[in-house]
Amino acid sequence: MTTTSLTKSRGAGQSGDKVFSAATLAAGCLILVVLFGVALFLVIQALPALVAPGDKIQGGEGFFTYIWPLVIGTLIASVIALVIATPIAIGVALFISHFAPRKLASGLGYVIDLLAAIPSVVYGAWGVAFLAKEISPSYNWLAGNMGWLPIFQGPASATGKTILTAGIVLAVMVLPIITSLTREIFLQTPKLHEEAALALGATRWEMIRMTVLPFGRPGIISAVMLGLGRALGETMAVALVLSSGALTASLIQTGNQTIAAEIALNFPEASGLKVNTLIAAGLVLFVITLGVNMIARGIITRHKEFSGAN
Amino acid sequence: MSKRIDVKDLNVYYSKFLAVEGVNINIDAKSVTAFIGPSGCGKSTFLRTLNRMHEVIPGARVEGEVLLDGDNLYGPGVDPVTVRSQIGMVFQRPNPFPTMSIRDNVLAGVKLNNTKISKGEADVLVERSLQGANLWNEVKDRLAKPGSGLSGGQQQRLCIARAIAVEPQVILMDEPCSALDPISTLAIEDLINELKDQYTVVIVTHNMQQAARVSDKTAFFNIAGTGKPGKLIEFGDTPTIFSNPTEKATEDYVSGRFG
Repeated sequence: MTTTSLTKSRGAGQSGDKVFSAATLAAGCLILVVLFGVALFLVIQALPALVAPGDKIQGGEGFFTYIWPLVIGTLIASVIALVIATPIAIGVALFISHFAPRKLASGLGYVIDLLAAIPSVVYGAWGVAFLAKEISPSYNWLAGNMGWLPIFQGPASATGKTILTAGIVLAVMVLPIITSLTREIFLQTPKLHEEAALALGATRWEMIRMTVLPFGRPGIISAVMLGLGRALGETMAVALVLSSGALTASLIQTGNQTIAAEIALNFPEASGLKVNTLIAAGLVLFVITLGVNMIARGIITRHKEFSGAN
Repeated sequence: MSKRIDVKDLNVYYSKFLAVEGVNINIDAKSVTAFIGPSGCGKSTFLRTLNRMHEVIPGARVEGEVLLDGDNLYGPGVDPVTVRSQIGMVFQRPNPFPTMSIRDNVLAGVKLNNTKISKGEADVLVERSLQGANLWNEVKDRLAKPGSGLSGGQQQRLCIARAIAVEPQVILMDEPCSALDPISTLAIEDLINELKDQYTVVIVTHNMQQAARVSDKTAFFNIAGTGKPGKLIEFGDTPTIFSNPTEKATEDYVSGRFG
């Protein structure tokens, strides 16, 4: 035996290694290129609208005046969706992971996953044809009894095609995303920690509060952010359900509009500077989503020391 | 502040499978009792029936009685949650809550039972429990840091501090040193010796030297073959079990001839 036997290597195995590492590198780079390409396209196309004189932009008072009601509308719809969907999703996920008998749990999980497979246009159709009609009496009630709150100020929309209805439809749409992600996270809670809590005399709920929820915290935040991403960008359902209009504080009157729905409704007939304006609106949405994700990352890293990953 | 445990004709089942059969044992207060035996003989399973932790596994149930100073743990209307708050447990692998600081780990059980505890009382309790677990001097300057940053042996002592903070009647230990190095093991063994002044301690161990070192009484469990239930073979004073056992199987096991 000489030392050359150590320096020689199996040709085939090594070339496979090279191909694999090149392929993964290419895939990784591709993502960055695509992201960068989209961002670049948005900026270049949006630039004319951003620098154009105010009176040329729709509304006649410049891009900023045009966009900020849309930003607020988008945020309102998304926040409504998350406020409704997050507690329900966490509740369902906890039920599936820690309370339900095994058979029921897998069936329920399957049904929830099916919800995610329904196309958004179907949700939109359901929202406008069924939910909006059925829910408008309760809007009247809200206007009558809680009308002193600006968000429930009357008169309520007779058709029910309001931002609140859109938010509820969005909540149903983001529910499966948050549920299935948090369920997976909850199932990963180490048995050891659950038993530690139980052995201290914790009830089931106390055990969940001591171990499952803190352990799942980063996962819950990620799941909610993914849900928020979908809610912010959802186009078809909002475009169908919402009878859009100027920004209003009341959630039960017609009015408000989201960026994505605004783009979808106006793009087909747009030309010239109007196209640039809509793309600039898209850029704003892109920036909002990016910002939201970075904030979420920040929250997760800030608590890394206590995350259970170390 | 410690109670005795008397077990009468206890059978433990996992669904239909009989895992442990016909255990009768009397565990004295303020003593250390060791359970030894080969793997799979049911000693951990039996230990977990003493604070109803086996019920965490679906389908697990028992027949017979476990009396804590005369009160049956399996009597009607007995809440397993209450049982567990009186009979603490330390596990095979250290399991401090990773999302809590060292201080909060110690207080975890106390906060469950009594949510209103002033900061001053909590400080006293944290110091007393950590001192009781021989950990105070090592962690007193970093109580706000996560418990998962400690070494394995320190984590296990933190778990013991967490268990004694609720002032239980009995402390069960399920192979508490099996994941630790010899020095940490020694620290835990010293601690067990101190704990028995105040608590009834029951420890499962694979390490016979450890059983000989720490326990007053030793119980030997064995199993006739795979699929057969585990049984308590012999129970007596530790020196007797190790030097002059009555049963042939015990002698074979402690002298290292099998298992």
